[in-house]
Amino acid sequence: MTELLQVRGLSVRYGMIEAVKDVSFAVSEGAIVSLVGANGAGKTTILRTISGLLPPVAGEVFFADQPLAHLPAHEIVASGLAHVPEGRRVFPRMTVRENLDLGAFVCGQGNNIDADLERVHTLFPILAERAGQKAGTLSGGEQQMLAIARALMSRPRLLMLDEPSMGLAPLITQRIFDIVAELREQGTTVLLVEQNAQAALSLADKGYVLESGSVVLVGTGADLLMNEDVRKAYLAE
Amino acid sequence: MTPVPPSASHLTSRHKTNWSEMWRSVLRLSGRWRFVLGIAGALFVWTAAFSPWASFAFGYPGKMTLSGFPGGARVYLLPLLLLVSLLFFTLPVGATAGVRAALGLLFIAGYNFIAISWEGDGVDAVAWGAWIALLGSLLLLWAFASFLWEEADGRSLSGQTAGHTAVKLPDPIWQMLLVFGGVPALLICFVYALDVEESSRFVSLICCLGAGSAALSSLGFFNWTSELLARQRTFAVILLLIAALVFPFTQDGNGYWLRVLISVGVFASAAIGLNIVVGLTGLLDLGYIAFFGIGAYVSALLSDADFTTVHVRVPFLLVLLIGATVAGLVGIFVGAPTLRLRGDYLAIVTLGFGEIFRITMNNWNGLTRGPNGIAGISDLEIPSLFGSTPLNFGDAHEVFGVSLPNFANYYFLCIFLFIGMAILFSRLGNSRIGRAWMAIREDEIAASSMGVNPVRFKLLSFALGASMAGAAGTVSAHVTQQVSPDSFTFMESILLLAAVVLGGMGTIPGALLGAGVFYLLPEKLRAFQDVRMLMFGAALIIMMRYRPEGLIPNRRRKAEFREEKSRFSAGFLKGTGELDLMQQNPVQEGGT
Repeated sequence: MTELLQVRGLSVRYGMIEAVKDVSFAVSEGAIVSLVGANGAGKTTILRTISGLLPPVAGEVFFADQPLAHLPAHEIVASGLAHVPEGRRVFPRMTVRENLDLGAFVCGQGNNIDADLERVHTLFPILAERAGQKAGTLSGGEQQMLAIARALMSRPRLLMLDEPSMGLAPLITQRIFDIVAELREQGTTVLLVEQNAQAALSLADKGYVLESGSVVLVGTGADLLMNEDVRKAYLAE
Repeated sequence: MTPVPPSASHLTSRHKTNWSEMWRSVLRLSGRWRFVLGIAGALFVWTAAFSPWASFAFGYPGKMTLSGFPGGARVYLLPLLLLVSLLFFTLPVGATAGVRAALGLLFIAGYNFIAISWEGDGVDAVAWGAWIALLGSLLLLWAFASFLWEEADGRSLSGQTAGHTAVKLPDPIWQMLLVFGGVPALLICFVYALDVEESSRFVSLICCLGAGSAALSSLGFFNWTSELLARQRTFAVILLLIAALVFPFTQDGNGYWLRVLISVGVFASAAIGLNIVVGLTGLLDLGYIAFFGIGAYVSALLSDADFTTVHVRVPFLLVLLIGATVAGLVGIFVGAPTLRLRGDYLAIVTLGFGEIFRITMNNWNGLTRGPNGIAGISDLEIPSLFGSTPLNFGDAHEVFGVSLPNFANYYFLCIFLFIGMAILFSRLGNSRIGRAWMAIREDEIAASSMGVNPVRFKLLSFALGASMAGAAGTVSAHVTQQVSPDSFTFMESILLLAAVVLGGMGTIPGALLGAGVFYLLPEKLRAFQDVRMLMFGAALIIMMRYRPEGLIPNRRRKAEFREEKSRFSAGFLKGTGELDLMQQNPVQEGGT
């Protein structure tokens, strides 16, 4: 498998605080890769840096063999890398449909997005029902679905999900993860950032465990789930 | 209709302070007394409307000293009284509306009472009619308010406030007829209100209209009309346009109100531009009038005025384009470095820019003649459609046997300007660009994660808004015939911003209404000279407290401010009720 995304020696600082230290990892085409770790481990920072919302201090990011570093966020999306941000961040005062239209913004004017709409409506039938409703009035789970659907509208090769389970009931979380698995079946590569290590690792082809800004463990999802340290630290055993 | 659960009403009443509890327990009325007092109050006000209010023969306008006919401000009691009398039959649903109408009566009575005693040097000047008007309106207020209290205390469960009735519209034919009748009625009301000259009558009229519409609004009347207008939008817009075009023919060749309406039109056009910047993109621009000023100066300098520094005359249509372009370019020049900043910083920078513009114009004697400004700007001339001689806007015309003053020319031009701006605004607002602007307003980072280039789209919005102001400015220079720096103060920027917010952010009728309120009302309130702005400020504060979404909100904003209320009533009216929803949910969740 080719590496769709390669991160090499990435370091990010917030002022004096080094949030991410020399992190390297890769995401193969068609795979689900999970980054797991506790609060403050640097997971979100890594995603925000990849998608151009934060500038790195050092390191390189290659997406489909093109360097991404220092490209502005809106150009990175156009290259096929979609980011579902932490806390969903749907546009609350716009309707569900308008949110989806915005997701397809990079597809340009006059481009036929009906097929994309149909695809996300099949994945998330609730969004078709709620098309005219303001996104801010959706429930947390529905907003998360909308955020994922919105990202899918840009026809991404790589979907980056930041804590999709945050603040959701276990049943809804399970549904979100089922959909992530389904997306992989459809050929979308997924980079998943999660605190919920159990769910994230059981889904992942490959996992990276982060601790205070550094990668401390690498392995297949199944291996990491069996790992003693991981079980102790993240699975409360 | 499903009654409100008693527990909900108890909850609300528990939050009231002890003071209001105390007042209520003192003022509470039992069932029969409410009707007795209410009817007595109505009779008192009826009598008062035909009785003398002022006991002195001089000064106070409207023949208020005479009895037997409702002259002067008294006539405005009658529509409200009629409404109140009808509301008696709708109780307890109409209690809120009743309170509002009674408050209107009280304001009319109170204002005239104070005005009469002010002008007549003491309460002695007030005749018995005004006293019983006060008494009657207080009684009415008391009677209707006691219905409301009862409801709040949860004793009567039947009287949920009206206004949330599901909108039921008649057949399309009737809808069109209603619009067809309503628009001329509006025009007649408008012309009538402009003709009301004495301040006492005008203030009373405003009280009457304000209280009347507040009362009707609580009965759901405006939900109904807005639904009606939404269905018959094209038809209504065409009729309104015709009404606007007909207006000059109602003025008997007098240009005064046309002149005022021209400035309303010009500022409404500029307000639409500001609406793009503030309403759609969410950028706070506190120096917007500077772009208007740029347009005005460009137009003034290129019109070969009597007192000018540049002696060229460029055809107006070209000037319009040049003015818009220059303003837009300056917008880009100011915006490019500052639009990278977020939120408050932009407001400060634009505030500074507005001042820099004004001070520059004030000191650049070589070009702008400094504080003297450019004066003696000639009337507009555009190629005529009907003949070889150009149409001069300084000429009066005779059309269909009615003489139109020269201001009518500018008035029509302003209508076209406004329509142009309105079309531009609505086309942009519903486009991909408009969506990008709204996304930036909602969440700039999320927008850039969607592939929207925030800086570029903010710049586009800023520049477009600026050039729309510039275009409005070019027209304004010819209307005022002179341009000087003191027309472009910070206050003007604030007024425009307030017009946009007051009218309702992000809507075209809102911009028009806001500009109308800010540039028309002060003309009508001239009698109050010194306290006029004070009154105005107070009105704004009250307005923003009770109707934060603006006079004509767009649906999205309205829903945002009224969310909780409407969510409650939606369930309430469908007959499903909150309970049903709750019962459905566990089933759904269990199924997943």
